[in-house]
Amino acid sequence: MKSIKHYLGFAYYIWLFLFVFLPIALLLYQSLFIDGHFTLQNYVQFFSSKTYLVMTANSIYYAFIITLFTLLVSYPTAYFLTKLKHKQLWLMLVILPTWINLLLKAYAFMGIFSRHGLVNQWLQLFHIPEQQLLFTTWSFVFVAVYIQIPFMILPIFNALEEIPSAYATASSDLGANRWQTFYKITVPLSIPGVKAGVQAVFIPSLSLFMLTRLIGGNRVITLGTAVEQHFLITQNWQMGSTIGVVLIIAMIILMIFTKEGKRGGKK
Amino acid sequence: MKSKKIGAKIYLCIVFLFLYLPIFYLIFYSFNSNGNMQQFGHFSLQYYKELFADDRLIQIVLQTFLLAFLSALLATIIGLGGAIFIQNIKRKRNQELFLQFNNILLVSPDVIIGASFLVLFTVLGMKLGFTSVLLSHVAFSIPIVVLMILPKLKELPSSMIEAAYDLGATPWRVFWKIILPYLSSSIIVAYFMAFTYSLDDFAVTFFVTGNGFSTLSVEIYSRARHGISLEINALSTLLFFVSLLLVIGYYFMSKEKETERQGKK
Repeated sequence: MKSIKHYLGFAYYIWLFLFVFLPIALLLYQSLFIDGHFTLQNYVQFFSSKTYLVMTANSIYYAFIITLFTLLVSYPTAYFLTKLKHKQLWLMLVILPTWINLLLKAYAFMGIFSRHGLVNQWLQLFHIPEQQLLFTTWSFVFVAVYIQIPFMILPIFNALEEIPSAYATASSDLGANRWQTFYKITVPLSIPGVKAGVQAVFIPSLSLFMLTRLIGGNRVITLGTAVEQHFLITQNWQMGSTIGVVLIIAMIILMIFTKEGKRGGKK
Repeated sequence: MKSKKIGAKIYLCIVFLFLYLPIFYLIFYSFNSNGNMQQFGHFSLQYYKELFADDRLIQIVLQTFLLAFLSALLATIIGLGGAIFIQNIKRKRNQELFLQFNNILLVSPDVIIGASFLVLFTVLGMKLGFTSVLLSHVAFSIPIVVLMILPKLKELPSSMIEAAYDLGATPWRVFWKIILPYLSSSIIVAYFMAFTYSLDDFAVTFFVTGNGFSTLSVEIYSRARHGISLEINALSTLLFFVSLLLVIGYYFMSKEKETERQGKK
């Protein structure tokens, strides 16, 4: 039995080493060594540059806004979905758009938001003059929210489904009305799903550089955009790695935070 | 109470409309003879003809699906092994530690994964192309596979495995006859997740793709930067119906399984 366990874990071990630890170590090395010499120069440059600091704050701000709006749309959706008859079928319909390539969806919005596109045609019905919609920060946020919604609905839906229906019955037996049951039973018990959803949305929101380019028209420069620029355009891998390491450290803090949160939830 | 139900239905309608509007918008204008996404001229299949004549794009579509198929398969196999491995770790603390390791790639932003893999492949002296993209897709799909399989694995009653051993089964037989069938539903879900991850990925692929190999996302990105071309609309229409068929198939598959299970009871 022991041998089979080792056999199964072997490929997984290789993966852990080669694709999890080694890449991070390499990024760290790139950021700390210039021509083989240890230096903190890249970090000094990052933390003393106003551009980089503003960009960092911006990234977090936009990721937060996107996550918030996604949650506001998704929670009621997930909740109402659990009440439907053929909920698994409806859930599949939520998942279906995620099968459409992200770039295709971004491309669709390029048409919808364009000067004579769908939204402007609607606005004209109300005699509102043509608006510049594409290449604004709000169009970026809107499209990002659109893309993230299914990833928020799924974990919340699953968390809601796991709540035994007996709880709601018991709560109404004890005299709680629908709202009380919702606030006191449903919401607290679905928090793990919300947390999973927030994690699934917040972090990817930091790296939507294709949207900042196609929809945001480079008005929003996030850390993700900066990493892409440093690696693929200006070829400044060292600074790119430095930004990467800063992002990773932020991730570790987030992971510790959510882990603590989970423990608190269990109590 | 009835009005509340209607309110919920209206809300869901709006959300679903919102989710599907961009997709149907693309599909609608794919039949536009005018060549833009603004004014509908008359019905035309012109862009479908152009699409099928575009060998490069067709090849990229096939490559993308092959990539998703292969990477999901490999990720599911390795991830299944990983899930069993993590489940078998005796000490709770070590198990938690490995789970944290497992989740690193899940919580990393795509650009970091892409950039660090690019550095990795460069250091290893690997040429960028199909292999580097495949390896990357397998790598970032493994953690989600582990997370999809692990909960079901935890539910597996150890008495079942012990009973099998008592009856003289070899470890391989236990794996094939007990563990695998028990996990089959979560393995299928994990495979579909990995498949979706691969199809939907742009950022990581963009970093490690090099010049020779391209996936659909990368190709659409470079075309969209040059503006609108209805060939892409025609393509998304076809892709949408393929996805629809897959989802319907998946739905009936899972439903059949459920009734089967209920029948057995």
